[in-house]
Amino acid sequence: MQTAVIVHPAANCDRDAQVALRAATGNEPAMVWHAETELPQADLIVVPGGFSYGDYLRSGAMAARSPIMGEVAKRAGDGVPVLGICNGFQILTEAGLLPGALLRNAHIDFVCGMRTLRVDSTDSPFTRGYESGAYVRFPVAHHDGNFEADEETLNRIEGEGRVAFRYVENVNGSARAIAGVLNEKGNVLGMMPHPERVISPLLGGEDGAVFFRQLIEAIQ
Amino acid sequence: MTHSPDTIAEHGLKPEEYDRLVSSLGREPNLLELGIFSVMWSEHCSYKSSRRHLAKLPTKGERVIHGPGENAGVVDIGDGQAVIFKMESHNHPSFIEPYQGAATGVGGIMRDVFTMGARPVAMMNALRFGSIDHPKTKRLLSGVVAGIGGYGNCMGVPTVGGETNFDPAYDDNILVNAMCVGIADQDKIFLSAAEGAGNPVVYVGSKTGRDGIHGATMASAEFDEASEEKRPTVQVGDPFTEKLLLEACLELMAKDAILAIQDMGAAGLTSSSVEMAAGGIAAGAGGFDMNLDNVPQREEGMTPYEMMLSESQERMLMVLKPGREDEARAIFDKWGVDFAVIGETTDSGKLVIRHGGEVVADLPVGPLADEAPNYDRAHTALPDVPALEDPKVVVREAEVRLTLKDGDLDAVTSALIEETLAGRADVAGIGITEGKRQVTILARASIDAASDVFDAFLSAARNLGETGVAEVETEEEETTVSLADTPSGDTMLTALARMMALPDLCSRAWIWSQYDHTVMGDTVQGPGGDAALVRVHGTDKALAISTDVTPRYCLADPRMGGKQAVAESYRNLCAVGAEPLAITNCLNFANPEKPEIMAQFVGCLEGMAEACEALSTPVVSGNVSLYNETSGKGIPPTPAIGAVGLLQDAKASARMDGARAGDALIALGVTRGWLGQSLYLRDLFALTEGAPPPVDLAAERKAGELVRKLIGTSPVTAVHDVSDGGILVAAAEMALGCGEGLALTTPVKERRAAYWFGEDQGRYLIAVPAAEADNVVLKCAMGGVQASRLGVFGGDAIVLDGRDRLDLLTLHRLHEDTLPSLFETTEETEPMPMAADDIRTLILDAMPDAEVEITDLAGDGDHYKARIVSSAFDGLNRVQQHQLVYKALKGRMGGELHALALETAPKD
Repeated sequence: MQTAVIVHPAANCDRDAQVALRAATGNEPAMVWHAETELPQADLIVVPGGFSYGDYLRSGAMAARSPIMGEVAKRAGDGVPVLGICNGFQILTEAGLLPGALLRNAHIDFVCGMRTLRVDSTDSPFTRGYESGAYVRFPVAHHDGNFEADEETLNRIEGEGRVAFRYVENVNGSARAIAGVLNEKGNVLGMMPHPERVISPLLGGEDGAVFFRQLIEAIQ
Repeated sequence: MTHSPDTIAEHGLKPEEYDRLVSSLGREPNLLELGIFSVMWSEHCSYKSSRRHLAKLPTKGERVIHGPGENAGVVDIGDGQAVIFKMESHNHPSFIEPYQGAATGVGGIMRDVFTMGARPVAMMNALRFGSIDHPKTKRLLSGVVAGIGGYGNCMGVPTVGGETNFDPAYDDNILVNAMCVGIADQDKIFLSAAEGAGNPVVYVGSKTGRDGIHGATMASAEFDEASEEKRPTVQVGDPFTEKLLLEACLELMAKDAILAIQDMGAAGLTSSSVEMAAGGIAAGAGGFDMNLDNVPQREEGMTPYEMMLSESQERMLMVLKPGREDEARAIFDKWGVDFAVIGETTDSGKLVIRHGGEVVADLPVGPLADEAPNYDRAHTALPDVPALEDPKVVVREAEVRLTLKDGDLDAVTSALIEETLAGRADVAGIGITEGKRQVTILARASIDAASDVFDAFLSAARNLGETGVAEVETEEEETTVSLADTPSGDTMLTALARMMALPDLCSRAWIWSQYDHTVMGDTVQGPGGDAALVRVHGTDKALAISTDVTPRYCLADPRMGGKQAVAESYRNLCAVGAEPLAITNCLNFANPEKPEIMAQFVGCLEGMAEACEALSTPVVSGNVSLYNETSGKGIPPTPAIGAVGLLQDAKASARMDGARAGDALIALGVTRGWLGQSLYLRDLFALTEGAPPPVDLAAERKAGELVRKLIGTSPVTAVHDVSDGGILVAAAEMALGCGEGLALTTPVKERRAAYWFGEDQGRYLIAVPAAEADNVVLKCAMGGVQASRLGVFGGDAIVLDGRDRLDLLTLHRLHEDTLPSLFETTEETEPMPMAADDIRTLILDAMPDAEVEITDLAGDGDHYKARIVSSAFDGLNRVQQHQLVYKALKGRMGGELHALALETAPKD
């Protein structure tokens, strides 16, 4: 099992993703610099959280146009699972790999804390290990996590079973409490919460370790 | 060239200081040279009022690798690693422009730490604002918090804790102290001394602009009403560039190419070059020759004066080994950060500045760095402060004895209290059931409360006849009570409820939720505990960090206050199980030219020195911020302490929220009921007289060592230090944290309020399984620390002596609402009655698996009780379950949520 983590300037959760993937796969993930134009072989690509380009212009807007993202899009087209966490989710929507956009939180402020999510669709490698309706606890830490799309898109996403996670406590005003959304093929997931931060009871929980373990099992 | 007195004054120099400058230099300086001298000799850079007193602090210890004098303190944490930390103020800029002031404060202290080769792993802060009602406070609080979050979050360094207090004494001078903690390998620690000639001087980071010119001089003067016009002197932060600078520096530091490095903080290029050259001279030979034409510039036409005095952020100055420039440049190119060779080191002992082909300044480094004035400012003797005698107040008491024929005694009692007493300021009522059909309701009001306060109560009681009351007896009297016995118009628990909602004791969740405290994946304990706990990446070890000071103690008795600040930080580290290593500090005071202010400074420092010595916590770094004074009104002495401790095994740590139902609560330490300077007297009764609680350093150390031993060897489930608000507040915080109620028994007959709210030092509360309680009490006694059982955790309320009762969820709301309610929009919407089915739908929307039972309590479609069973509650405590529902429904039910009584349960 080979994994890759895309590193944009100020992608400050790159190490967290690396640690979680190392623990889940037993292998060292490839850390791929944004300026690269080639991706190593990978069974899973993670676009981690952070503040790529300082969130200047719009969160994720500049990183979405980095050289490596063209390669990420190609691999996604080939069906390779791609996971965007937080800023990674923002980058994937800006890159057109996922629908919708992440606006400023409805209450304006940055929000950090543990939140309860509900697994919705289990029809993806990311959520196959869960029962639909199961609850998980992941931390959130974002300023622009308010997921929005037009009504038609939202209806389609829901109709096609592409909502992976919903907030029990809608922490940022997201449309229909959507916390994680899948692409049409179900191989690209963007989510605002951070499963990579809860991989040990010492750090407040193991729900993230379970998430990555199930994901790796589903891919293998 | 001679300068006019006005020019000299504008540079913050006194006439005699200018004379000293001229005699040091042997000539008149040109304007650029005057500017350079003025910042180097400013209070901020030269510590001219504080140096001789700072020398009293103990700075050595077995583990200390580098003490004060470097960019930050360096302490050995074993396995070849070191913790590097420092705290610094950004008070003046934050008052003028709160977001940028706080943000650049965070950026500046981070640079101090990564300049030395450390990766920053945690941020803390100590914030003081004016009264919560002051018109400026809201803007300053929200701006500072957003600024700290905005910078730290983008850097990807968790902000793991800190302290925030409110006091009108800070109305015109807020304090923003930020602390950064980093970890480095001991063989990769970088210093600033640039020894030897012929080495390239390299500028990296943001371009230099015209921002922040004379920031160091601003930070060395008092404010007045016109200070807000100084907004242009506040720098603007760019955390994105700082993150790139951090990564580029650490990447270069991993190679062996850097000889010396210094961040450009206050006084930018001037202080960094002078300090590096001075260090070189001290080590043997030094000097800098710089060409400003090569400095990366943000705008055209900048003068040498502007470039040398600019405080543009996110810049570093390095001296490289000759020939390593290209390798270094490649790293900075990769990260997209400016890199420019702007000069070379010399052995001339001079700072030579060139611009446009001419030498524009030529100064000996020695006088700049070492010959700044060193004042022995006059200070008055510290007065002896007598201990406070128990204050007495007149209260009115009313008693109603009811005997019922039939009907529900509890319902009648609570309806009577609810309708006539509840919610009235300074009025409290409790019911005491005596037998099946009899109840006595005691009501107490402070004499200030409205004179008709009991009329409604007594007449309502007399009119109870129709509801099946057989007999009513009423009585009313006026008595004098001691506030040490009873909180005037409150019961002990209504007083507690009021205290827990005070600005200084309420939940800080509104603040913390704006800081990313979990990034980097090593936060074992974030904000809210006694100390934050951050794992040393890739090991089992953890660093404990705490920031503390109690300014009201320092004001009443500076020496005791200084001692207490160190002792409390020591206690907080012990409370999580960590061994205290060392401290940093940020000494915030008013104008040192006033003898009574200087006396506060000297007193606090002497107290700190004594405590650091006794507790073996040397001072390894620090910062002094003087002139926190506006229009003659100064701040109380605020020597903020940042303490760092080490835990060998992060798993063997304690938390304050770990108690379980059935656990016993035990108090450690001696409780005499010290009320002088307590929050109880200050905030409930506006009494601020008397000496602060004395600190017994030997007892403090003994209790701390015992607590650490208990955490390591006994089944302790929770530990909390006792500080502001006393035992009852600490116990309530533990109860809220674990979501379990607490049944408490007052262990004294007299001075009960003093027992519960007194602020004696050296105390902890611990929770242990009931079966272990006797054993633990015995262990404590054998260790020479007094221990007493206070009660048992469990249930949904805090119950005192079996009759005074405070619902835990009510307390939770009161505790949580204070800060958010400041920022809530005030528009009143008419609550719309809601159908039970609508509530059910909302709950099921969030938790589709829920079993929901809704009871219309009053049959009016307005007061509901909802019982919700869902697996969303699995693993959550009572308070967390309630909070989950509250947050899930918030915004959809509006103001009605408060009228919804909740009962929650997990499915399993």
